[in-house]
Amino acid sequence: MHALIRTTIYASALSTALLAGAVQAQVAVKDAWIRATVPAQKATGAFMQLQAAADSKLVAVSSPIARVVEVHEMAMQNDVMRMRQVPALALPAGRPVDLKPGGYHLMLLDLKRPAKEGETVPLSLVVEGKDGRRQTVETSAVVRGLAAGAPAAQGAKH
Amino acid sequence: MTISPSRRMALATAGAALLLGMAGCERPTKQIFNGIDISGADYGRELRLPDIDGRERTLADFKGKAVMVFFGFTQCPDVCPTALARAVEVKRLLGADGERLQVVFVTVDPERDTPEVLKAYLAAFDPGFIALRGNPERLAATARDLKIFYQKVPTGDSYSMDHSAISYVFDAQGRLRLALSHNQSARAYADDVRKILQSA
Repeated sequence: MHALIRTTIYASALSTALLAGAVQAQVAVKDAWIRATVPAQKATGAFMQLQAAADSKLVAVSSPIARVVEVHEMAMQNDVMRMRQVPALALPAGRPVDLKPGGYHLMLLDLKRPAKEGETVPLSLVVEGKDGRRQTVETSAVVRGLAAGAPAAQGAKH
Repeated sequence: MTISPSRRMALATAGAALLLGMAGCERPTKQIFNGIDISGADYGRELRLPDIDGRERTLADFKGKAVMVFFGFTQCPDVCPTALARAVEVKRLLGADGERLQVVFVTVDPERDTPEVLKAYLAAFDPGFIALRGNPERLAATARDLKIFYQKVPTGDSYSMDHSAISYVFDAQGRLRLALSHNQSARAYADDVRKILQSA
């Protein structure tokens, strides 16, 4: 379940890569999952832990099942849930960043089809380094039941 | 959040009547809940909205059951499914009394939460849960009456909803009794609902 998927990413610009040699940055994606949806539901959240080898930020995400993916931050303030879009999510070198219920998460919007429990959905994460170069991390997320992540379900998670 | 003196007197009197013969004549202490006791509040006297079949529902429909009400929307990534999953767990923790709890989900996003979506969404948790869906005006009036905040928030390509994440509990007589916070556990909720069921 908890296999650490280490994805090696390469500079997208070939010329830069040739000049600088094999420029590599590593972003580890751990425990990626998406909440299942019911038919006609057009959006859902995706959660995971990201850890970048070098200072960078997550600037864009795409998935074949959604027309748009956005990074959102949820916060509870006096029992009011507030949601905001985050233009970019900072990934400090070596520090795990949680995208989890109650905090940052990805929103898969305008779904082309429902996310079915048990299936695996591809995600492409675009990460920008301090030098402004963008690299794409290909990963995938498993679809968990609608009630996943709730207090009652957490015990069964591991 | 405080109880008026007259209401407190009424509660104490009722409590004393219940306790007669049980514990001598000690002055009964106020029942302690995990949630906020809003018994006697001057709001939330009624909850009246259409369900997904267009049928007008009121608290009177659920007489004899405690009613737990949560406002949310199905495109909610986390809080709403967590609240509904917790409601499932609360029912389970109540055991046989779970049959005497009616869970009600009021959508704050009637634009996207069509009856079709709401039906499938709630059925994924418990087919016995009821979704209420008013038009924007009726939703606004209901939310105002229950002091529920909600607001459409544009995001890059879409919109999300900010909204109050408390759950209200009405007793079996349809009286608003408790407000529970989102960060409280299913057990805390269940303990309170059990007390509400026993007191009614």
